Amino acid sequence: MAAVMPAPAQSRLLMSGNEAVARAVWEAGVRVAAAYPGTPSTEMLETLAGYPDLYTEWSVNEKVSLEVAFGASMAGSRAFCAMKHVGMNVASDALMTLTLTGVQGGLVIAVADDVGLSSSQNEQDSRFWGRFAHIPVLEPADSQDAHDMVLEGYRLSESFQVPVLLRLTTRICHVKALVTVGARQTHAASGFTRDAARWVMVPGNAARRIPLMYERERRLRELAETSPLNVLEPGEDKRFGFVTSGPAAMHVREAFPDAPVLRLGLSYPVPVERVRALALQVERLVVVEETEPLLELELRAAGIAVHGKDVLPSIGELSPQVLRPALARWSGEDGPASGAAAQAVFPRPPTLCVACPHLGVYYTLSQLRNIVVSGDIGCYTLGAGHPWHALDSTISMGASMGVALGLDKGRGETDRNKRIVAVIGDSTFLHMGMQGLLDITYNRGNVTVLLLDNRAVGMTGGQDNPASGRDIHGEPAPRVDFARLVEALGVKAERIRVVDPYELPTLFKALREETKIDEPSVIITDRPCVLIDAYQPRRPYRVEESACTGCGNCVEVGCPAIHVTRREKAVKPSGREVDLSFVRIDTPACTGCDLCVQTCAPDAIVHAEPLHAASVVRPG
Amino acid sequence: MPAIAAAVIAGKPAPTQPSLNQRRPMPASHNTTNILVVGIGGQGVMTATEILAEAAMALGHDVKKTEVAGMAQRGGVVSSHLRFGPKVLSPQIAPGEADLLVGFESAEALRWCHTLRPGGVVLVNTARLVPPVVNGGLYDYPADPVGQMRALGYEVHAFDATGIARELGELRLGNTVMLGAIADHLPFPADNLLEAVLARFRTRKPQFVELNRRAFEAGRRADAREGQTT
Ligand SMILES: Cc1ncc(C[n+]2csc(CCOP(=O)(O)OP(=O)(O)O)c2C)c(N)n1
Ligand code: SF4
Ligand code: SF4
Repeated sequence: MAAVMPAPAQSRLLMSGNEAVARAVWEAGVRVAAAYPGTPSTEMLETLAGYPDLYTEWSVNEKVSLEVAFGASMAGSRAFCAMKHVGMNVASDALMTLTLTGVQGGLVIAVADDVGLSSSQNEQDSRFWGRFAHIPVLEPADSQDAHDMVLEGYRLSESFQVPVLLRLTTRICHVKALVTVGARQTHAASGFTRDAARWVMVPGNAARRIPLMYERERRLRELAETSPLNVLEPGEDKRFGFVTSGPAAMHVREAFPDAPVLRLGLSYPVPVERVRALALQVERLVVVEETEPLLELELRAAGIAVHGKDVLPSIGELSPQVLRPALARWSGEDGPASGAAAQAVFPRPPTLCVACPHLGVYYTLSQLRNIVVSGDIGCYTLGAGHPWHALDSTISMGASMGVALGLDKGRGETDRNKRIVAVIGDSTFLHMGMQGLLDITYNRGNVTVLLLDNRAVGMTGGQDNPASGRDIHGEPAPRVDFARLVEALGVKAERIRVVDPYELPTLFKALREETKIDEPSVIITDRPCVLIDAYQPRRPYRVEESACTGCGNCVEVGCPAIHVTRREKAVKPSGREVDLSFVRIDTPACTGCDLCVQTCAPDAIVHAEPLHAASVVRPG
Repeated sequence: MPAIAAAVIAGKPAPTQPSLNQRRPMPASHNTTNILVVGIGGQGVMTATEILAEAAMALGHDVKKTEVAGMAQRGGVVSSHLRFGPKVLSPQIAPGEADLLVGFESAEALRWCHTLRPGGVVLVNTARLVPPVVNGGLYDYPADPVGQMRALGYEVHAFDATGIARELGELRLGNTVMLGAIADHLPFPADNLLEAVLARFRTRKPQFVELNRRAFEAGRRADAREGQTT
């Protein structure tokens, strides 16, 4: 993305939390910002890449992004890094030690929790990291807050030489609200100062830094008691008082407009005495937090009588419509009358795109018997669903490799003849999969790896990565050569194949052959994700109705452009009853990948007349 | 320029009255307007809501917009919440509190109709987008989503926005047709929404301004016709 002129200071803009954070990072004079994409955090770096006068990058994983940001801080620059909640699991090895060295230039780490799991493999409360790493946690309640807290975060980071955690949730990242923006400040890099006792964390040096870390935390605890980021909003109705943080503060305010509310913007260290003062003024004090009872347990440990997860749900998102009935029930009142019931409608699970190159891979895997497929995280995780059902596990990024090796080494008698296949995308392989493949080759595992190189981070919207050969600005960058990379990791050259996933017979043959050989092998597929420029749509198809025999084979490809028009039952000459599905192709949606054509024996799928290009969009 | 927009630009306070629309006034108790726009990933639901948000913002309202998007880019369900008024706190619309439900797809409107308040209106594109799980025979598409909503007592304005767009020669106009249909259900004049739609094209694709104006008016007319028949 080319740099654009940022809106002038004092503009009032409709911004998502992610956009507001990006704007504030730029305003704070940050010179280096790095991230690996992940919902709901992706747009922070994506937006920042469009601002002038700072370096931005897509890193290969979150740990590297944090290390890059930290290095820039050592050099005396203000630095930023962003990730989704699970990213911090990856980055935490760096975090847990850089909390000892502390920072030079201000460092804010934004971590976005997918509360409610709209697009993640688990739900985690990143506020734990504040406790674990002894660093302050800031929790904005909306876009303006997010903007302002980034600026405050840099002041805090520099005055305490501490990395600051900005904890966001989906309801901050992806909510658009009005933000008044400011001007950019300049912060020149103060320069790197050699200081082994500080920067070289060998045991002797690290041990001397630990007391400093605790002393820093003690001073932060004092600050929390007086910080203007923690706001007491008084209220007349003293039946309940609330302690809350993050977007939950908005829900509380809406549900209980007359109650006193202590909103914690600096939510760790916890300002215990301010809470104690509030507790004295109200009948019952309720802690409203997403998702774990962190504040609640710490306040109780400090001897303050609070309620929380005993009356409120401990999983998923909070909202006024969760809070009101919960507290009404608790007070012995009737909850609000339940409204109209939701109508039962079929589910609409996410699907692979029309002509997605993964379609061919899963169609093929679904035809193979006696295999166990160790999966990974990306669009291709959808291969576990309808109609392919061709993925047997998904854990964490890169896990397909190690899990496959474990399945191989740990196999029991009943699995003796099973072939182990691992499926991994390009971005996931580069994030954390390479090490696992090295483990497979080094330990002589018997695994066939399908490396789905679609030259993009498809899952998060088609971002560039080292497989696309373009940087975060879309500028040319060195492109990784997967065939040579996996060979260097120990896969024999003759066990590496590059295959077009739109050619079903070739793919099928390659998989059949490689899974038969008791050696590590890698099959690389090489078609681009349809979201990126490298993808070229081809002439679309239609179904010749009179020729369609209703075999339904093409439906098994799973392309969303193929629709069943009518179902029938028929009896074969053998007497067996079969289900027939007659189909049509939504020609304006079809981009001519050819996959379904290869499954159609009677050649009923034929080229359609070339269409007016502009009509190749979905209706609506 | 409409008087209100002029007043806002001149720095005068925003109008706080809930409704300027005679045909469908919001209840006076309601100082926040709640609009839920639903459809599936790739249909432009979020963009449509964003344009509505921009129109409300230009009138000086506080605005919050949020999505529940189950992997929006992969054909999953998208529901986009828009709330505006003098001050908006929580961004989510509670079930039973939507003033207006806009369905870009029939079954999706049915899925979300319980979020309407009593007396709220459903605007629905009669287009059907059938997912692979239905094509695979695992589930059925509802036989008559519009009829089902009417039987439940909802006021439903149904029209083929996709067909209208096709007649105008450009399927992508479906979005603007839907916005036109919304225009007379807002607590501000339709022109304010039209202006927000056209503003997007003026800067990026000026050659499409006229076509979008026509699509917007076609959507308005389609909705008005439905308003008379129900
Ligand atoms: C530690 C971690 N970081 C980020 C994510 C978010 N995420 C899920 S899959 C994925 C990458 C998918 O890209 P790729 O492997 O190339 O597969 P594609 O989606 O293109 O098929 C990302 C970034 C995650 N789940 N876990
Ligand atoms: S975004 Fe790309 S990788 Fe993901 S389903 Fe679509 S085509 Fe496939
Ligand atoms: S050729 Fe078949 S599988 Fe490929 S996009 Fe068209 S309908 Fe889908």
